[in-house]
Amino acid sequence: MVARLITLAFAAAILLVALLLVRQLWIGSAAARHSLGFGFLRSSEWNPVTEKFGALPFIYGTVVTSVVALLISVPLGLGAAIFLSELAPAGVSNGMTFLIELLAAIPSVIYGMLAIFTLVPLMRNYVEPFLKTTLGRLPLFQGPAYGVGYLTAAMILAVMTIPFIISVSRESLLAVPREQREAALALGATRWESTWQVVVPYAKLGILGSVFLGLARALGETMAVTMVIGNDPKISASLLAPGYTIAAVIANEFTEATGTIYPSALVELGLVLFGLTIVINGVARLMIMATTRKGSRR
Amino acid sequence: MNGLLMRRKIVNGVMLSLTGIFTFLTISVLFLILGYLVYYGGRSLDWHFFTRLPLSPGEKGGGMANAIVGTVQIVGMAALIGLPIGFLAGVYLAEFEDRRFASLVRYVADLLNGIPSIVVGLLAWSLVVVPMRRFSALAGSIALSVMLVPIVTRQTEQFLREVPSTLREGALALGASKWKMIATVVVPAGSKGVLTGMILGVARIAGESAPLLFTSLNNQFWGGLTQPTASLPQMIYTHAISAYEDWHQQAWAAGLVLITLVLVANIAARLVLARGISVPRG
Repeated sequence: MVARLITLAFAAAILLVALLLVRQLWIGSAAARHSLGFGFLRSSEWNPVTEKFGALPFIYGTVVTSVVALLISVPLGLGAAIFLSELAPAGVSNGMTFLIELLAAIPSVIYGMLAIFTLVPLMRNYVEPFLKTTLGRLPLFQGPAYGVGYLTAAMILAVMTIPFIISVSRESLLAVPREQREAALALGATRWESTWQVVVPYAKLGILGSVFLGLARALGETMAVTMVIGNDPKISASLLAPGYTIAAVIANEFTEATGTIYPSALVELGLVLFGLTIVINGVARLMIMATTRKGSRR
Repeated sequence: MNGLLMRRKIVNGVMLSLTGIFTFLTISVLFLILGYLVYYGGRSLDWHFFTRLPLSPGEKGGGMANAIVGTVQIVGMAALIGLPIGFLAGVYLAEFEDRRFASLVRYVADLLNGIPSIVVGLLAWSLVVVPMRRFSALAGSIALSVMLVPIVTRQTEQFLREVPSTLREGALALGASKWKMIATVVVPAGSKGVLTGMILGVARIAGESAPLLFTSLNNQFWGGLTQPTASLPQMIYTHAISAYEDWHQQAWAAGLVLITLVLVANIAARLVLARGISVPRG
């Protein structure tokens, strides 16, 4: 009985921390919420000197970098997950999955450092000029090649989200009953057809969950993005342009924010980010729970 | 008919090879990262790195002794706070299933696990830095422990669940109380897995930088419990974004040290300790 109460108290502490988080963000952003109102979310001007605070450039940057990152990492990650669950022998698959888990364990600041020293020059000197000469007519690839900007941030986010997509998708694919594959093959399907038309649709909820999980990671990723996004609070159609994300602006400006509205506006940005990731994570967890339950019922 | 079969076979071959190429590409990123760190980090890493304080750009022979000690302090204290809380909450989830409440805690723990680390930094700032009116190692530790608790909770729960229920029944049949059963049978049986989860959790928070930005801040000198304190991730950040070549060298060296710590902990936990048990994702 005592043991139950003690452990219960600690379990309840988790709920308490979550509530505390919401409360602190709400109180901390009160000054900004009262003086800026809903205009905060609609305005795209950010100028602390004149006390103009608009969240739009940061929300835009956060969403654009994350979505572009997923456009790269979802096909790659799903492909690799298919290889690991359907093709590779169990021993090889486990070894490779172990290496991919290590990739997920690399600290974000190290990704950022490597991006600064290797990816940024590569983008500036080769990739971005190439994109401009080939696809330069599209508004997506115009303007000078700085090396830093949305696209570079999206690339690094893609690398950082791939391990999550692979390991969750792989687990969902492995949970698909063997009979499904055998039935498709017996009907004369090729290996790929059985995988793509039978196994993947069967596991789609879990795969979608992995995508959402990756999206939530990408939205909240701070250090690596801060180091390569270019830190410019503007909305640009071009992916080559420097931009800003919510997490990056909090990281860069919070310690130097003076007055009452400025830090409070940054906390409100934190609240927006918190809300975004909670919703996306919430959906992702429900999807993943649904597939694992389906798998265990078989 | 034959043409169609041919096309299907070609699609099959192309797509299957693509999945292999994607896997290979992903794994090669790991080796690329390690290669860069070992090459550049190894060139600038020397004994002074571990024994001396950072110097201004332009001066040769500085180190990051304060950041190494600072990381150990901050992460150690975060582990002291976070591991017991996470462990006991995990025991609750695995052993005392109250359907509604337990699944609520489980769900909230998963959500907490996915919260951006910078937001956790804001929480610790408002709870510790503001009342204390100063940046401190303690604030950094509290931020990191908030990240650690949900990881450890979920891992502990998973591993204790894997303990066969026959062991529990055996203990209860011998007349042990539930408390005795958990402490002397269930936890020892699941201890390897639980320890693995703890090591992985600590390794994860050790590399975190965002929650420390405005909690433990940074320091060019020795820090302390209630002082702004340097840490390896912070040092990597400030040195890497600086404009000085010598500082870049130091950033590489610090990166090599940090990744060695993190990877050794990961490999040790997953390969040696957790041999044969599957580690669930955090």
